[in-house]
Amino acid sequence: MGFSTWLQMGGYAIFVWPAYGIAAAALGLLAAATVRRYRMAQRRLAQLTATRRGETA
Amino acid sequence: MVSFKALLLRDLRLAFRQGGDGAMAVIFFVLAALLFPFGLGPEPEALARDAVGIVWVMALLASLLALDRLFQGDWEDGSLDLIALSPLPLELVVLAKALGHWLVSGLPLLIAAPIVASMLQFDPAGLPRLVLALALGTPTLSLLGAVGAALTLGARRAAVLVSLLVLPLEIPILIFGVAAADPAATGDGSTQIMVLGALLAVALPLCPWAAAAALRQALD
Amino acid sequence: MHRFANPAHFMRVSQILLPWLAGVTILLLAAGLVLALVVAPPDYQQGESVRIMFVHVPAAWMAMCAYTTLAAASAAALIWRHPLAEIAAEETAPLGAVFTGLCLVSGSLWGEPMWGTWWAWDARMTSVLVLFFLYLGYMALLNAFDDPTRGRRAAAILALVGFVNVPIIKFSVDWWNTLHQPASVLRLGGPAIDPSILTPLLVMALAFTLLFATLLVVRMRAALMERKIRVLDAAAGGALG
Repeated sequence: MGFSTWLQMGGYAIFVWPAYGIAAAALGLLAAATVRRYRMAQRRLAQLTATRRGETA
Repeated sequence: MVSFKALLLRDLRLAFRQGGDGAMAVIFFVLAALLFPFGLGPEPEALARDAVGIVWVMALLASLLALDRLFQGDWEDGSLDLIALSPLPLELVVLAKALGHWLVSGLPLLIAAPIVASMLQFDPAGLPRLVLALALGTPTLSLLGAVGAALTLGARRAAVLVSLLVLPLEIPILIFGVAAADPAATGDGSTQIMVLGALLAVALPLCPWAAAAALRQALD
Repeated sequence: MHRFANPAHFMRVSQILLPWLAGVTILLLAAGLVLALVVAPPDYQQGESVRIMFVHVPAAWMAMCAYTTLAAASAAALIWRHPLAEIAAEETAPLGAVFTGLCLVSGSLWGEPMWGTWWAWDARMTSVLVLFFLYLGYMALLNAFDDPTRGRRAAAILALVGFVNVPIIKFSVDWWNTLHQPASVLRLGGPAIDPSILTPLLVMALAFTLLFATLLVVRMRAALMERKIRVLDAAAGGALG
């Protein structure tokens, strides 16, 4: 089965690829947003604990 | 002493004194439904086919009109706290409120709907089934509305929020209600009528219970 | 209180688990994609469009699992006022909404070649749409109050009220004879599908489940950190004030 045959998905390409594409995009964006939020929280928390330690030092 | 009957009569008296809410719901229902011939075109066959759906969607929207104020007045002036402290169970309070809401905005609909449906070229032979379906469906709408009103008590944009919460839950009633009276459907719609009855039977104990739980959270 | 219920304990345990969860998730997703897009044979009736099932069905299962998690966490939050349960509920909702949306979109894309329609008001589709709006309503209610505690409690009640929808989704195909076919995997008597189709389906389902779990753990850790940040911010403000 050649690559371009596989891409065509037996004629159903306009249904199959958007389905997988939208899934990848939605879940990917979700994961990216989650990681971004996590990193920002981590950074801010590290900042605040460092400042506190600085103040009480 | 706060009793079920006293609470109900008080709400009805308030509603009639204000004159507004109940009459507004019915007027909105009639006006909005009559917009459809202007929008869809006056051909009798097309209107007759859509008449049941139009009547039911309007019934759903009309029942939403006074919902955000169902508990709000009493909550704002403190009477809800007093009512909650009374020996009357909060669930019965909710039932009284829902019943009041239905008497003021649902029951008049049962009279207005056949008139509106006929104006939308609906086949008169189907009118009794339509009214029966509405009679079983509109109380459930009031009960679900009471749950929504209790959940959104004191929320920002409560009126819109109630609609967002309540309308999806009401979709099954819409579907079965339309199917029960649909002139194009095979069968006499009796199964759908029974489902509407079953939905009401389930809503009668569950909705007051859920709404009372929500009210308790609001009063804490 | 249960040993794992302590937020600090959760942070420690999740820190160890998280890399493994994420790693296995990525492996399973990769394996699932290969199985679904390459290895699985085309259906004799639906051709290659059957591959959409490997996205649509796992998404549907996750939509329902997420809501069950939401309802269970909400019940725990209401009964025991548990902070971890509250956070779990709040952070599950957006995940569930995304999976439900994905289920609806992939279902439409599958429905057009299979049944000739992008949408039909059959029992299952309608109840999944209601599920989507329940997630949206939950998130709206959560943020609708000036007092966040009020928002969390009201949303928790809504989550429990809406749980009736989940059995309706599951059994609707058995109760009403409409577009969707009756259950062929999760039924008494075992699955009725050929292994060549069942394996990619289960791998994708497991991958989605672990993805959900990973994202939920990360979000809960972020939420707990954000709570600590708010406390520290307030304390710093007091010290400077």
